[in-house]
Amino acid sequence: MNALASLFAALMNLPERPMRWAQGRLSGGRLGWVFVAPNLAVFAVFTFLPIAIDLHYALTGGTNLLPAERPFVGGDNFASLLDCSNHFDASSCRRDLFWYGIWNTLRFVVFQVGLMLVFSLLTAIVLNSKIIGRGFFRAVFFYPVLLSPVVVALIWKWILQREGILNAGFIGAGITPVNWLLHGNWAFFWSVFVSIWAHMGFYTLILLAGLQAIPAEIHEAAAMDATPPWRHFQRITLPLLMPSVLVVFVLGLIRAVQIFDEVYVLTGGGPGTATTFIVQYIYKTGFADQVRQYGLAAAASLLLAGVLLVLTLIQLRGMKRG
Amino acid sequence: MGRFLAATRGFGRWDWTDWAAHAYLVLGVLVMLGPVLWLGLSSLKSESGLLVFPPTLLPYEQASVAVEGRGNLKLFHVTAGEYAGHDLAEVRRLGLQSQLVDPAAPATLIRLPLDSRVPVTRLRAAWENYSGLFEQFDFLRYLWNSVFITAVATILTLLLNSMAAFALSKYRFAGREPVFLLMLATLMIPPTIVLVPNYLIAATLGLTNSPWGVIWPAVATPTGVFLLRQYMLTLPDELIEAARMDNASEWRIYWRIVLPLSAPALAVLAIFSVMWRWNEFLWPMVVLSRSESFTLPLALNAFQGELTTQWNFLLAMTMVTLIPVTVIFLALQRHITQGIASAGVK
Repeated sequence: MNALASLFAALMNLPERPMRWAQGRLSGGRLGWVFVAPNLAVFAVFTFLPIAIDLHYALTGGTNLLPAERPFVGGDNFASLLDCSNHFDASSCRRDLFWYGIWNTLRFVVFQVGLMLVFSLLTAIVLNSKIIGRGFFRAVFFYPVLLSPVVVALIWKWILQREGILNAGFIGAGITPVNWLLHGNWAFFWSVFVSIWAHMGFYTLILLAGLQAIPAEIHEAAAMDATPPWRHFQRITLPLLMPSVLVVFVLGLIRAVQIFDEVYVLTGGGPGTATTFIVQYIYKTGFADQVRQYGLAAAASLLLAGVLLVLTLIQLRGMKRG
Repeated sequence: MGRFLAATRGFGRWDWTDWAAHAYLVLGVLVMLGPVLWLGLSSLKSESGLLVFPPTLLPYEQASVAVEGRGNLKLFHVTAGEYAGHDLAEVRRLGLQSQLVDPAAPATLIRLPLDSRVPVTRLRAAWENYSGLFEQFDFLRYLWNSVFITAVATILTLLLNSMAAFALSKYRFAGREPVFLLMLATLMIPPTIVLVPNYLIAATLGLTNSPWGVIWPAVATPTGVFLLRQYMLTLPDELIEAARMDNASEWRIYWRIVLPLSAPALAVLAIFSVMWRWNEFLWPMVVLSRSESFTLPLALNAFQGELTTQWNFLLAMTMVTLIPVTVIFLALQRHITQGIASAGVK
C-alpha cells in the first residue's frame, strides 16, 4: 500500500517539469487553459463531437457504421419515425415500436413522477417530524438509491416470479396468484413501482433538506396562532418548499423520460410492447437488432434530446427563481 | 413516573399523527429493506431448497443420509401407520406409493403412501452458491473488470475534474466563463443521447471490448467540475499567493495545496463516481459485447437472460454485486446523504 502511495506521488510529480516550462511561456492566467485542457478534451471527444455525429447519422441511411460510407437521405429518418396514419394509434405507424415507446414513456412519466413526488414528499415530512431513530429511517429509505439497476431488477424479479414470495403470500391469504410480469398492465405497474422504490430515497433527501431549511420560527409563529395542521402545511410549509419540489419534479422528469436499465432487466420491454420505452427503442434499433439502423436510432436520440433540452431549460429557470 | 413520561414526551403523549408517522416508517422499512433481506436469505438456499413452494423464510434443506449400497437418500419422517415416528430414507417413488428403507437396516424395503411421510428438513446455509461462483463461472474476471473500471475511472475523474475546477476557480483567463458554461451545458447531454456516435468513436479508437471504452467517456463529469469548483472558490487566494512568493510552481500549488484542501469535496465526488461506475449498465452493454470484458451488472444481465436460469447462483452473484455498495454505504452513510443533499446531484 505504501509502495502504491509513493508510486502515485512520483507519478503526480511527473507533470511538474512540463508544467514549469508551460508556466514560463504563458503569461497571466493563460496557464488555466492547460489545466482545463484534459477535461475539455474528453468532453470534446465524447460529448460535443458525438452531437455532431448524431446529426450526421440522423441525416444518412444504410447500416454502415462508418460516417463516410453512409448515403445522405435528408429528413427520411425523421419522416419514417413520424410516419403514422393516426398518431394516437401506435399500431398504425410505420415505426410502431417507436410510438409504443413514446406512449409508454409518456404514461410511465405521468405515473412514476406523480406518485414518486407524493411518496417522497410524504416520507420527507414524516422524517422531518419528531420521530424516534430518524437517522436509521432516513438511511433505510435512501439505501436502494445506491443499488445497481440490474440488482434492483433481479431483487424484484425474484419476488415477482410465478413461484415467488408474493404469490406465496397471495395463496396463503386465499387470493389467486398472478403471473405478474406476463400481464401487460401488471408488468407496467411493477415497472413504475420498482423504479419508484429504487429512486424515491434520493428525492426524499432533497425534500428533507428543503424542509429543514425552513426557519423554525415560522413554524413556531404558526403554532402560536393555532393554525390547523392541514392549513399550516398548505399555506406555510408547501409554498416555502416549492423550490425543492420543483427541483425534484424536473430532475425526476428528466430521469423518467430516460427510463431503461431496471425495467429492461425486469421485463425485457414485454410482455409484447407493454413496457418498451423510448430509450429501449434507441438501444434496440441501434445495437440489439440484427440489422443495426444507426440513422433511425440517432434520429430518435435527437428527438429525445429536444425533449430533455426543454425540460432542462425549465429546470434552470426554476432554479434561478428558487 | 407519569409526570416523567409526560415531560419527555413519552408514548403516553403520542397523538394519532405520531402513531401514523411511525406506522408509515415501519411499513417503509419493510418495503425498502424486506426485498433485499429476502434476496440475502434466498441466496443461502440450496438449488432444491429454492424450488420449495411456498418458500420458507430460512434456508431449510431436506436432510439426506448415506445408506449402504444405495448412495445418498432423502430422509422422511413417517407420520402414520406401523412406522409412525421413524425417520426413513426414500429409495424411489412408485405412483402414490413411496419405497423407503430404514437407514439402520437397509435390506428391508418399506412401502408407504406418499401422504404418510413428510420430509425431514434442517437449517443449512448453502455457501456453495457463493464458492460455486468462483469455480463454475468466470466470476473473478467480471469482478476484476468492475473493480478496475471503477477504480481507474474514479482516479481519472478526480484528477481531470479537479484540474479543470482549479483553473476555473483560481485563474482569470479569457474564455473562462464560456468554458465553464460549456461544461455545464454537457449536463443536458445525457449518455443515452449519444449512444450511437460514442459507439463509433469507441470503435474508431479501438476501445470496444476494453475497460477503457467504459472509462474514458465517463471521466469528464460536469457534476464533478461544478462540485469541485464551488468548493475551491471558498479556499482563500492568499494561500496561493503565499506559495507563489515561495516560488512554488503552479502544478505544485495545485497538487500540494489546493488538492489536499479540497479533500471533503473530492471525497463526495469519489463516492459518486464509485457508485456511478460500479452500477453503470447501458453504455457498458453497448461497448462491451464479449463476455470476457463484462462487468458484474452485464454478467448478471446475461446470466439472468439464459433460458435455464440457475437462480441459486444468480442470487449469490446479485448479493456479491450488492455487498460492496452496502459496505461503503454503512461506513460513509452520513457523508453520502449529506453530500447528496448539499450537491443535489446523483
